[in-house]
Amino acid sequence: MDIHEYQAKEILARFGVPVPRGGLAYSPEQAGYRARELGGSAWVVKAQIHSGGRGAAGGVKLCRSEAEVQEFAATLFGRQLVTKQTDANGKGVYRLWVEGASDIKQELYLGFVLDRKSERIMIVASAHGGMEIEDLAENDPNSLRRMTIDPAVGLSEFQARELAFQLGLKGGQIAQMVNILKACYRAYRDLDAMMVEINPLVITGAGDLVALDAKMSFDTNALFRRPEIAELRDRSQEDPRESTAGDHGLAYVGLDGDIGCIINGAGLAMATMDMIKLAGGEPANFLDIGGGASPERVVRAFRTVLADRNVSVILVNIFAGINRCDWVAQGVVLAYRELGLTLPVVVRLAGTNVEEGRRIIDASGLPLITADTLEDAARKAVATRQKLAA
Amino acid sequence: MAILITEKTRVIVQGMSGRIGQFHAEDMIKHGTNVVGGVTPGRGGESLLDRPLFNTVREAVEATGAEASLVFVPPPFAADAIMEAADAGIKTAVCVTDGIPSQDMMKVKRFLKRYPADRKMRLVGPNCAGIISPGKGFMGIMPPHIYMPGRIGIVGRSGTLGYEAASQMKALGIGVSTSVGIGGDPINGSSFRDILELFEADPETDAVMMIGEIGGPQEAEAAIYARDHMTKPVVAYIAGLSAPKGRKMGHAGAIISAFGESAQEKVEILSAAGITIAPNPSAMGETMARVLSTRRAAA
Repeated sequence: MDIHEYQAKEILARFGVPVPRGGLAYSPEQAGYRARELGGSAWVVKAQIHSGGRGAAGGVKLCRSEAEVQEFAATLFGRQLVTKQTDANGKGVYRLWVEGASDIKQELYLGFVLDRKSERIMIVASAHGGMEIEDLAENDPNSLRRMTIDPAVGLSEFQARELAFQLGLKGGQIAQMVNILKACYRAYRDLDAMMVEINPLVITGAGDLVALDAKMSFDTNALFRRPEIAELRDRSQEDPRESTAGDHGLAYVGLDGDIGCIINGAGLAMATMDMIKLAGGEPANFLDIGGGASPERVVRAFRTVLADRNVSVILVNIFAGINRCDWVAQGVVLAYRELGLTLPVVVRLAGTNVEEGRRIIDASGLPLITADTLEDAARKAVATRQKLAA
Repeated sequence: MAILITEKTRVIVQGMSGRIGQFHAEDMIKHGTNVVGGVTPGRGGESLLDRPLFNTVREAVEATGAEASLVFVPPPFAADAIMEAADAGIKTAVCVTDGIPSQDMMKVKRFLKRYPADRKMRLVGPNCAGIISPGKGFMGIMPPHIYMPGRIGIVGRSGTLGYEAASQMKALGIGVSTSVGIGGDPINGSSFRDILELFEADPETDAVMMIGEIGGPQEAEAAIYARDHMTKPVVAYIAGLSAPKGRKMGHAGAIISAFGESAQEKVEILSAAGITIAPNPSAMGETMARVLSTRRAAA
């Protein structure tokens, strides 16, 4: 789960990371007021959306007067900001962060991630920050320093010091960096984060380290024990179809194609999408109905897939282990009746209670297209779609 | 012999008295698995499915000689249950639970390292379908009837895709020695490489079907192991060719976040290591059949 920059900064500041003073605004007037409150002669106004690349997308601006702050804020509110990391719809801007401008001498990169190879928390750092980590890894890989943390011991002082020296820091900056590293690690560990990123971490003209931008994301599996983090969830930044589906126990990811997919199991769902592509079609979504799916949950899955106007054919592919084909079949029949379905539906059932499931489908008298294998199902879905298009 | 589980393996179920635990324990018993008891703290002394319940894994091990444990414990308590099994001397634990926090798994992995090699527990999962040696026994949630006993090992992250592979092979008359679901989480107990090692050493396995997916470094690690240490042929399919970068595809671990983690890159790494690639998920069975007949012709 992602949170906003200002929320990450508040959290990290609580753990002892120095951040610039700033204030949150929900309107252009409030943004102007924040600037006045902060004082000074220059402010940075930053759109708060769950995405990187805000600067290049026009979501961040250095303003030199209160009027300019208000003016820029007015252009941002309610806008869908499209960045390199968002889809074509972008993300809505409903909150702004106004911050006193900093005097920047150097930009560093600092990230804490879960390293799947060592199965530990890893620090990634570079003396050349400011650009996205992906670009950094591509353009300047030699500048990257990596360090893994033993979960039984935590981050050692010597490790933190070593990293500070590797980044070329000097004098008082060493102690500052050690504190920042330890603070980030504690925040990561104590709050079940999956990622903490400070980019850039700047050295100011006065030689001090300050977190100019911050990003945190959290382990959704651990939210049950982090209610204060769960509260920070911002639904305005999520694809409404994905979050609604999630509320009903469905894993859904919207894609660009027109063949709607209802499948059990993440692996089989990905494989079915692959098969559709190989058969010459494009999947409209990833959808895993999960284990033990009731007929009602199957109907909910249909509802979710149908909310995408591009969908012209629906493919149901179930290999039931913990699931039951008869329940899924009942769900398909129910969906037809309740949702007044007019789109063609291809159904492939296998595994637990498959005979009963097929019997229900056959006896329903509905114009369902049945398939025996995964390949058969994908071919039939693509062929049906092409017939419709012709 | 198969790997990890046979008809002789003495199995306990942690969380057997829960609705799901009981349902699957019953199915395991029905299919011949040697389930010797269950563990539910506070229910020790009772019996369920004609098996004794124990308060702790240690008591269960002492009373029944259990070697393996199936963990059906809810996510907040699952890591603790796994560590309890390891400390009680269980040899193999399979954890089906989906939704264990990553840092809990980090601790589990660190905890398992404290035991010397001869009493170190092997963990399979979490978030997996389990393990099955067809006709002998199983620990997990798979439908056992789709597997035909035979001499091919299956290892995969996804449960349903493992079923798909087993049923495609069955349709071609190819049976399974053991099928192992290693689970879809970013941190898991056994890697592809760990399971390949077991299959390579198993006299009853002739070849391995490996089913990977986008995300993580384990397929690449397995490729190097297969190239350098395996005499048995490996067929692989990697799911997620059509998955966009940076989006999580159901499994917590199925997200392309680094170089070498896309399906295309993994396919290239595996092919370069001499592994035969099933070009699509419907071709897993026929690709294995082709590899086996080439082998036979060469022998």
